[in-house]
Amino acid sequence: MAPDGHTEAVVAAISERAFSELVARGTNAAVLLRGGTTMLALLFAAVVAGPVVAASLPEERADALYHYYSGGGIDVQGPALLIRKNFAEKYSINASYYVDSISGASIDVVTNASPYSEKRNQFGLGIDYLYGDTLMSISYTQSDESDYEARTLDVGLSHDFFGGMSTLAMGFSRGDDTVMRVDTSFEDTVDRFQYRLGWTQVLSPTLVAALSYEGISEEGFLNNPYRSARVLGASVQERYPRTRTSNALGIQANKYWGERSFVTQLKYRFYVDTWGITANNIELVFSRRLSEKTEIGLGGRFYTQTAANFYSDNFAQEFRYMARDKELSDFTSASIGGRVSYELFRDKGRLAKGKITLMFDRIHFNYDNFSDVRSGELYKFNANVFQLFFSAWY
Amino acid sequence: MRKLTLLLVVLLLGACAVQPWVRPYEREALADPLMSFSQDPLADGARTHVFEVREGARGAGRSHGGGCGCN
Repeated sequence: MAPDGHTEAVVAAISERAFSELVARGTNAAVLLRGGTTMLALLFAAVVAGPVVAASLPEERADALYHYYSGGGIDVQGPALLIRKNFAEKYSINASYYVDSISGASIDVVTNASPYSEKRNQFGLGIDYLYGDTLMSISYTQSDESDYEARTLDVGLSHDFFGGMSTLAMGFSRGDDTVMRVDTSFEDTVDRFQYRLGWTQVLSPTLVAALSYEGISEEGFLNNPYRSARVLGASVQERYPRTRTSNALGIQANKYWGERSFVTQLKYRFYVDTWGITANNIELVFSRRLSEKTEIGLGGRFYTQTAANFYSDNFAQEFRYMARDKELSDFTSASIGGRVSYELFRDKGRLAKGKITLMFDRIHFNYDNFSDVRSGELYKFNANVFQLFFSAWY
Repeated sequence: MRKLTLLLVVLLLGACAVQPWVRPYEREALADPLMSFSQDPLADGARTHVFEVREGARGAGRSHGGGCGCN
C-alpha cells in the first residue's frame, strides 16, 4: 500500500540524519520504514528518531564531604559520602550516607527547654536504568534520629527530545515519617506525597534553562513537638492543622559568556501553601575557571516569606490552631557565598580525576514578627555554613 | 474526526523528529561542568537541606528525602 499524505508528512519530518541514527541503532522500525510503510512503523519511527544525542547515565564518581553549620545557638556538623557506579552501559547504582551531629540550643529551645545534642543518620540507595533516551530511577532514603524517623521511596523518569535539546522529567516520592519526643512516650506519623515535573531546554549554544514544579501533600503530626506557642505571654502546646499542601514553581537559567569559561546562574522560585505561606527566593551565582585546575564561584541568595495564617508571636486568646515556630513567621534571609575547587590529579591509577572543593555561605535571618522573649526585641541571627569535600571520577 | 485526530497525533509525534537547532558540535559550552545545574550533587543536596529546614518553603529544588535535624 502506498503511503498517504499523512505518512508522507511524517517521512518528510524525519530527517536523513535522524534516519541514519535509526539505522545506526539497528532498529526494526527503520527497516519497516524503508520497506514500507505501515502506519505503526512510521509512528514508532517518528518517536524514536527524534533524539540524535542520546541520554546518558550520571557520571561515575565518589564524593567524601565534611559539612559544618553554626548559627542561632546551634552547631550542626558531620561527614557525608556518595558513591556512584555504572555497569552494562545501562545501569547506575548509587549509595549515600549523611550525618548531622547537632549540639547547642536554638532560640526555641533556650526559652522552653535545656540544651541538647543529638545525631541524625541518613542512608540512601538508588538505581538508574537507561533505555534509549529515557532514564528511569528509583531510590530509597532512610533517616533516623532519636525523635524522628523518615522513610522515603522515590521514582523518577526523564526523557530527552529533539536531539537532546529538551528534557522532560517527572517524579513521585512517598514519605512515611514517625515523630517522637525523647522525654515522653509520644509518637505520631506523617504521610507525605511529592510530585515533580520539569522541563529543561537548550535555548542556544550558550544558554540553557529549566522550569520545574513540585507539589507536596502531607498528612499527620506536622508540629515540632518541643515548641510552644504563647497566649498572653503564657506558654501553651503548639497546635497545627494535620494537613498541608504546597506548590512550588522554579525557573533556572545558565548562561556561558564568551570563551573565558565564565558562567552566570540565575534561579527563582515561587512558593505557596494551604497554611497561608507565600515565599519567593532568587539566587545569582557567577562561576569562572581561573586556570585548567582552578574554578571559583561567588553568589548571593535572597529569600522572603509571609507568615502562616495561624502564626502569632503572642496570641491574644486561644485558637484551634496556634503556632509560634519562627519558620512559619514573616521573615527574610539573605546570604552570600562562594566556592573554590582545585583539581588535584588526572589519570592516576584507576582514577580519571580528583578534585577538592571548599564551599562557604554566610546567611542573615531577620524575623519581622518573632521576638526574643529574653529581650523583647525582634529576633535575628547570622549563620556560617562550610562544606569541604573531595571528589574522584573513575 | 478520526482522521483529524490521527493527523494531530502524527504531527505531534513528527515534532519529535525536529532537527536540533544547536548542533552537537556547537555544544562545547553547554557540556562545560560549570554549566551544570548541579555540579556537585552531594554538596548541593546538603546546602539545600540547610535552607529547607530553616524556611517555610520547600520543593522545586533538587533534593528529596528525609528527616529534619533542625531543633
